[in-house]
This record gives sequence, structure tokens and C-alpha cells, in this order.
Amino acid sequence: MSNAELIGQDPGWVIALKGVLIFAVCVFLTIMSVWGERRIVARMQQRSGPNRVGKFGLLQALVDGVKLALKEDLIPKAADRVVFVIAPIISTTACFMAFAVIPLTGQVNFFGHTTVMQMTDLSVGVLYVLAIASVGVYGIVLAGWSSGSTYPLLGGLRSSAQVISYEVAMGLSLVAVFIYAGSMSTSEIVAAQDRLWFAVLLFPSFIIYAISMVGETNRAPFDLAEAEGELVGGFHTEYSSLKFALFFLSEYVNILAVSALATTLFLGGYKALPGLGFTEQWLGGWFTLVWFFVKVLGFFFVFVWLRGTLPRLRYDQFMKFGWKVLIPISLAWILFVATLRVMFQQGAPQLVVGVFVFSIAIIFIGINTLLDRKKVDVAKALRENKSSDPDFPVPVIPNSRTEQING
Amino acid sequence: MAEDLVPRSDEFGLAHADQSKAPITNHESASFGKQLLGFWVTFKTMFKKVNTVQYPEVKEPTAPRFHGRHQLNRHPDGLEKCIGCELCAWACPADAIYVEGADNKEGERFSPGERYGKVYQINYLRCIFCGLCIEACPTRALTMTNEYELADSTREKLIFEKDDLLGPLRAGMVPPPHPMYPNTDDSNYYRGEVTGSHPSQGVAKND
Repeated sequence: MSNAELIGQDPGWVIALKGVLIFAVCVFLTIMSVWGERRIVARMQQRSGPNRVGKFGLLQALVDGVKLALKEDLIPKAADRVVFVIAPIISTTACFMAFAVIPLTGQVNFFGHTTVMQMTDLSVGVLYVLAIASVGVYGIVLAGWSSGSTYPLLGGLRSSAQVISYEVAMGLSLVAVFIYAGSMSTSEIVAAQDRLWFAVLLFPSFIIYAISMVGETNRAPFDLAEAEGELVGGFHTEYSSLKFALFFLSEYVNILAVSALATTLFLGGYKALPGLGFTEQWLGGWFTLVWFFVKVLGFFFVFVWLRGTLPRLRYDQFMKFGWKVLIPISLAWILFVATLRVMFQQGAPQLVVGVFVFSIAIIFIGINTLLDRKKVDVAKALRENKSSDPDFPVPVIPNSRTEQING
Repeated sequence: MAEDLVPRSDEFGLAHADQSKAPITNHESASFGKQLLGFWVTFKTMFKKVNTVQYPEVKEPTAPRFHGRHQLNRHPDGLEKCIGCELCAWACPADAIYVEGADNKEGERFSPGERYGKVYQINYLRCIFCGLCIEACPTRALTMTNEYELADSTREKLIFEKDDLLGPLRAGMVPPPHPMYPNTDDSNYYRGEVTGSHPSQGVAKND
């Protein structure tokens, strides 16, 4: 029986219980990942991180949450009260909903009922996730707009521009997966990776997805919209207490959601690592949950690692990277993959396929060499001081000033 | 003039005169592979010993000349060194010190010489621990200790009175007021010729 059929047979109480469990797990993971992030980033900077509340500071995030909830809930006079309240709710709801189509386990015995840990299996599951992520952007825009204040408005616009731009690249990177899996249903995509993960088969797609999911979640090094040191705090500047906590929650659940989607689409979802397939039967199939979360937390670690390593990008560089690098590359890659796929399906002779791949490789290398040569030319010109005056204003270089004074 | 700006050492690997004079040569950004090395740095650091000192439980000693709380010192016989001259208060850039001097009277002597500090207050909400008061003090009455735990909950508690600032009575010292060492004047004190108390000055502390 396929996963979709199994889910279709779920009685109401199973569906309800699944929903509550997914919610509980997401909130719990958020609390733990806030703690984990602070500890890991601290270790990367040779600090120890929170270690006071509870063993190893494990309760730190919980205590922070309580503190947040007990704070005064301010609504600015200039704010649009209704929208101001609704915005964080939209954000939070949207990112939880993405989890509805993510398969967390294979077939398991759920209180005497055989099912899979997945709320529902849409035939367009991944599109649903992308759509829900777009709804989440409304939370950001509305929060920025309804605050009735300048910085949140600018931050909200920046955030939404960023999320929308990277959603394009993200959506395009998934197309290759759809082409290979022949489906948009999450469970079928997982099943299609039985032999080889798409992260290996469609490596460029995986890389593009991995980059754009960082942009999509407003995380370092793409956290320009809430750059703490430069802007006041972005769209949530005017928020306090529980409403701020909701944005905080949605940010982390969003990270988990894109990581879960990446796991499902590229790393074989709940399936065990290659060669460890026998573990999938352990605990009556529940061990697949462990595999799933190992992969998700692996992604989370990479998120933290990025934050600990890379400095923040400049906004124009960031947008340029999204529109002029990620999107064209994914478009070209999709064309390539689609052509190959069609060739295989139509049973093209191996020679034709070989010539096609070879010529594409030649073109790719040619473009690369041309770009490299241009780069070298610029560097050479700079070195020979032919164009010592750049076309943007620069501060006076200290040396030349001393020379002027001395001379 | 440029020579004056040359740093005395490049101990910290910071500015180096030659470096600042050399033309900038590297116009190419680091290669992609080199940039990836940054990830190795942060990963490696995770397994290093953390630098954090678990402060309230573990206290590392300060540098020997750390500027901490002030102390008003005493002569070896227990008389105060402060003469109430107010030079410290005048030197203070933060206006944190308040001094009122008074005359030493016969039978009520606090310091050798004519005057002593009757009121001495340091406001630690204002003090910036620059140490200019210590440089200004002509009798070495005012010095700084290494004590840095000065936080408190009210403003009043952070204005330290003379009693809070006076150094403790050591063995052989007699609590003032008491007369000077027999047959000496204040210059003997400043030359360091008084090395302890005399029975005629009072009962000395003995531990």
C-alpha cells in the first residue's frame, strides 16, 4: 500500500494526534536548537556559551521564553492594531504548516494503527510547501507595514524582497528534482531516492537549494534585514513580548522546515544512510524518525556553522548573487537535466548523449575561461596602476598624505 | 615626523611602518578554496579549550598594577598619611573626590604635621579609575588596590567614606587620634624614619 493510501485511511483522532505531535516536536526542537546554536557558535568563538540554567545551560532557552512572555506587550500608537496582531500569527502558522507534508517516518505502528508520520500526502506536496513559505512573507511585510514606523517598514521590505528573490532560485532548484522523481509528492520523491540520493545525482541543484534556503530564512550570512549591528532589528523592531516570541519561533521553525524539505528532497528523507538500510526496521520502523532528525539537525549545524564563519553580505551583492548567479545557473542546469532526461526516455543512442554532454562541458569551460581572463585583466590593470582612480569615491590613503606633508 | 609614528614593537602583529608604506599589491580576492579554509578554522576552534573564566566561582588575579578601589594609607605607627590638601580632588577629571581638611589639635592628632583629611569621599559612580589622584597625592596617602568588585544596589552605597577607604590597622599600629612618635616632627615621618609605634602613643594592635 502506498503512503498516500495509508494516510487516506487515517481516522480523525490519528490525524489530530499527528498534528499535535508535529507542533510539539517543532516547539521543542526550536527551544533546543536555540540552545544548541548558542552553544555551538560559542565554541566556534572559543567561548562556553550559556551554561548556568540547568545542566549545560539546557534550560536557558526555556527561561528566555518565559522572560519574553512576561514582558510588557506594547502596541505603538501609530500601529494598525489589527494587522499588527495578525502579522506574527500569519508568520508562525505558515511555517508550522509546511511540516504537514513532510514524511517523518516510514510505515510505523501508531497506537495499533499502521500509518506513516505524515499529516497528508498531496500530489503537489512540494509546491504546497513553496506556497506556504510565500504566505509566510505576508507576515513579514504586514509586520513591517503595520508598525507605523520607518525602520520596520524598511526592514520588512528588505526581508520580503530577499525572501521572494531567493524563493525563485529555490523553486528552480527543485525543478530538477521533480524531473527526476517524476512527481511532486514528498513521499514519492523520497521513494525515488531509494538507490541514489538526489544530493549526489543532482549536486548543483542541491548546492543552489542549500544556498537559497539560507537566504530564504533570513539567516547569516544573509541576515541583512535584521542585521543587529547595522539596522535596529528589521521588521520586528516594534514587537515585544509574546508577539516577538512568535516571530522568533517562526524563524527557527522555518529553519527546521527548510532543512526538513532539503532532507526530504535531497538526502533521502527518513531513509537510513546508504549501507545501513537494516536499521529502518528497528523499533517497528520508528527508527527512521531518528534518521530523519539526524539529517535535519545536520542541516541545522551547517546553518550555525555558516553563522559562525561568514561575515554578512552587502545588500546589493546579495541581490546580485541571487538574481544574476543562482537563477541563471539553475535555469541552465534545468535545461541540461531536462534534455538528458528526455534523451534517456526516448532511448537516444549513447553516442548522441555523449556528444551532447561533451559539447555542454566545452561551452561551460569556455565561458569559465573567458570570465577568468577578464578577471585577470582587471587585476593586471590594477597592478600596473593603469586605473588607479576607481570610479567610486575612496578615502585619502594615509601614505600619500604623509608624503604631501613631508614634501 | 613620520619616524615618531613608528610603533615601538610589533608584538601584536599590528601596524608596522613598512607595511603601511608598501603599495597594496593584492588586488585579487582570495581563491574560492582559500575562502573555504575559513570553515575549517571555526570547526577546529570548536575542539579547543574555551577561554571563558567561570567568574563568580573562579577568580583570576588581576594584573599587579590594576586600578581598583582606592585606599588611604597609614604611617607605620597608625597615623594617617592624608593631610587634607585636596590635590587629589583637584586632579580628578571626573570630579569624584570630595575632601574637607581640618587642623590637627593637641590631644586629637590624626596625621603628622598641621592638617588631616576630616572628610574624605570617593564617589564610585563617577570615578573612572584613571589614577590621576594617585599621581597627585604628595604624601602617597592615596593608592589603589586590586579590588574590582564594586557593584552595589544604591547610589548611597557607592559613595565611599573615609572609614571605607582607610587601610586596616596592621600589627604595631595605634589607632588614631594619638600623638606623634616622641621627639619627631612630620619630616621624620616623610623620610620614613618612623618605623613603628612607641608605647607613649597608645596601645598598639598586636597581631
